[in-house]
Amino acid sequence: MKVIILGATSAIAEATARLYAGEGAELLLIARQSERLETIATDLKLRGAARVETAVRDLTDSDSIAEAFADFVAALGGVDHVLLAYGVLGDQKTAERDLGEAQTKLRVNFTSAAGWALAAAEVLERQGHGSLVVLGSVGGDRGRRANIVYGAAKAGLAALVEGIAHRFAGKGPRAVIVKPGPVITPMTEGFANRKGLMWATPETVAAIVRRAADRGGPVVYAPWFWRWIMLVIRVLPAAVFNRLDI
Amino acid sequence: MSWGRVLRARHAVARPHWRDELPALLREGTQGGRKLLAIGLGRSYGDSGLNPDGAVIDMVGLDRAIAFDPATRLLRAEAGMSLDALLAILVPRGFFLPVTPGTRFVTLGGAVANDVHGKNHHRAGTLGRWVRRLGLIRSDGGAVELGPDDKSGVFAATIGGLGLTGLVAWVEIELIPIASAMMEVETIPFGTLDEFFPLAAESDGAFDYTVAWVDCLAKGSALGRGIFSRARHTANGPLVVSKKRLGPRMPFDLPGFALNGPSVRAFNALYYRNGGRKAGRATVPYEPFFYPLDAIGGWNRIYGKRGFYQYQSVVPPEAAHDATEAMLAAIAAAGEGSFLAVLKTFGDVPSPGMLSFPRAGTTLALDCANRGAATLALMERLDAIVREAGGRLYPAKDGRIPATMFRAGYPNWEEFARHVDPGFSSGFWRRVNQ
Repeated sequence: MKVIILGATSAIAEATARLYAGEGAELLLIARQSERLETIATDLKLRGAARVETAVRDLTDSDSIAEAFADFVAALGGVDHVLLAYGVLGDQKTAERDLGEAQTKLRVNFTSAAGWALAAAEVLERQGHGSLVVLGSVGGDRGRRANIVYGAAKAGLAALVEGIAHRFAGKGPRAVIVKPGPVITPMTEGFANRKGLMWATPETVAAIVRRAADRGGPVVYAPWFWRWIMLVIRVLPAAVFNRLDI
Repeated sequence: MSWGRVLRARHAVARPHWRDELPALLREGTQGGRKLLAIGLGRSYGDSGLNPDGAVIDMVGLDRAIAFDPATRLLRAEAGMSLDALLAILVPRGFFLPVTPGTRFVTLGGAVANDVHGKNHHRAGTLGRWVRRLGLIRSDGGAVELGPDDKSGVFAATIGGLGLTGLVAWVEIELIPIASAMMEVETIPFGTLDEFFPLAAESDGAFDYTVAWVDCLAKGSALGRGIFSRARHTANGPLVVSKKRLGPRMPFDLPGFALNGPSVRAFNALYYRNGGRKAGRATVPYEPFFYPLDAIGGWNRIYGKRGFYQYQSVVPPEAAHDATEAMLAAIAAAGEGSFLAVLKTFGDVPSPGMLSFPRAGTTLALDCANRGAATLALMERLDAIVREAGGRLYPAKDGRIPATMFRAGYPNWEEFARHVDPGFSSGFWRRVNQ
């Protein structure tokens, strides 16, 4: 099993990589900070990965994505699973008022991610097998004032991945968008109270991400109950929705 | 909140995931005279893992293996890595922790900070004896690397130093080789303390691991009855990690009345008879032998909302028999039951830490449900017996004793205090310095 992880230093990515390591997979980890990347790589080797390669790259850099992705595949000697797991939540208030900040957020969470997803789709389609798993968010299911920019980016990403899944239909490869609810990770550090049923651990989400690469539909909620919560939220009439402080 | 759940406190918490974040957090946590403490998986029973009104750095996000060399048997890992995660790496490769406490859900850093011991203390000593290097970040001097060759005293203060000498970022330990993940266990019931001591002495010579459970509600002629178990790693067998999934979790706090005198008495009597029935030899995986309570997630909740105290003492060999007998008699007289009363002889392997708990002698560990004044009064009676015998209590399990008792038990405390990082403190440390 050969796995490429884009954004390997995120908490959910690392937890998922540990599951792959336990299976004895070969991994290529890509992230911006080389020291952190090496820290994870050594750990994953000791946890059972057959091989761990790393590549330092700022994934938000949209230059020559297709070539870079081809290099990743060549470095690993093939690819079975691609996990796209990077994103920034940032401060909502800043993103709303500061257009530059909003653009950056869209570029990270949508524009660049879409580029990598399309590049991966191309490779998987050509080889006729493999899985592309992309981390989205329940925040993309309905626009909310608390999450306008991030939600919009993740909504776009979800539509893109669903489109890729549609394109893959009957051809062999899989594409899945995994939509976690709130997760206890550095991304949500600073949220007041990260306890209770709504909050998942990176390990819980990782198990769902890992399973999504093998089976299930193109849209997976993590944990599962978010599918029903978001269904309700999506069908709420605006008159009701507008009164909710969510 | 402590594992005993009697003591609770509020903290400002930081949850780093990377070693490169630690120096800045240390500066932030000790700013303006604020005191800092690193915490792990929260298995300390009292206030040694609490820092009321201070700051804590939750280290469980730093849980990565850094290096492992099978040839030298040295493993280096971040301080927040749990022993559970370490075992998953080690067992398939034919290695084991040189010393393990009764739960694998503690961090490596916490295990060093409490210089933990295990059922093989008579052979291996404490975990601290197996620490070859550690990375310590101090608020008053930056990052240092220390090992047993350290002459400054900071290493000896850090082993068993309750996290007070600075922030332990990583630890390197020496491992032991195992040929199999299975344990050869022999179970022998004993009727009185007079039978326990010779049995322990004989077993310590021939077995790597020894421990006994005592029925501390039995009175009169049954006083000191219990079940002795002794074990070694088997020479042949599979090298598989015990099941990863835990059994059931305690989903709620059991109501206080559930654990009363009669129910615990019945449990203990049943356990003793069951042990008698199962006496003999068996081969079992390492997990149920070393970590029976890990099978029930959140087992501390069986004691209900009011929580419980854990009491663990050690008394020197010459006083061991009489003091242990006196303690068991006091417990039986008070009718304060304990599911898990554990008796073990410690060997004379010296502990490397200035505040290490283990010393040659006999250790008794028990749980006491928190019933307010009656429980405190019983523990004070036990304190008096321990002090008289020249013994001491285990800081990891204590949330209560006065400074005088601590100082009497740990004559090195003044030397230790000189090595405490001025930016660090804990509820425990402030209590025993009052």
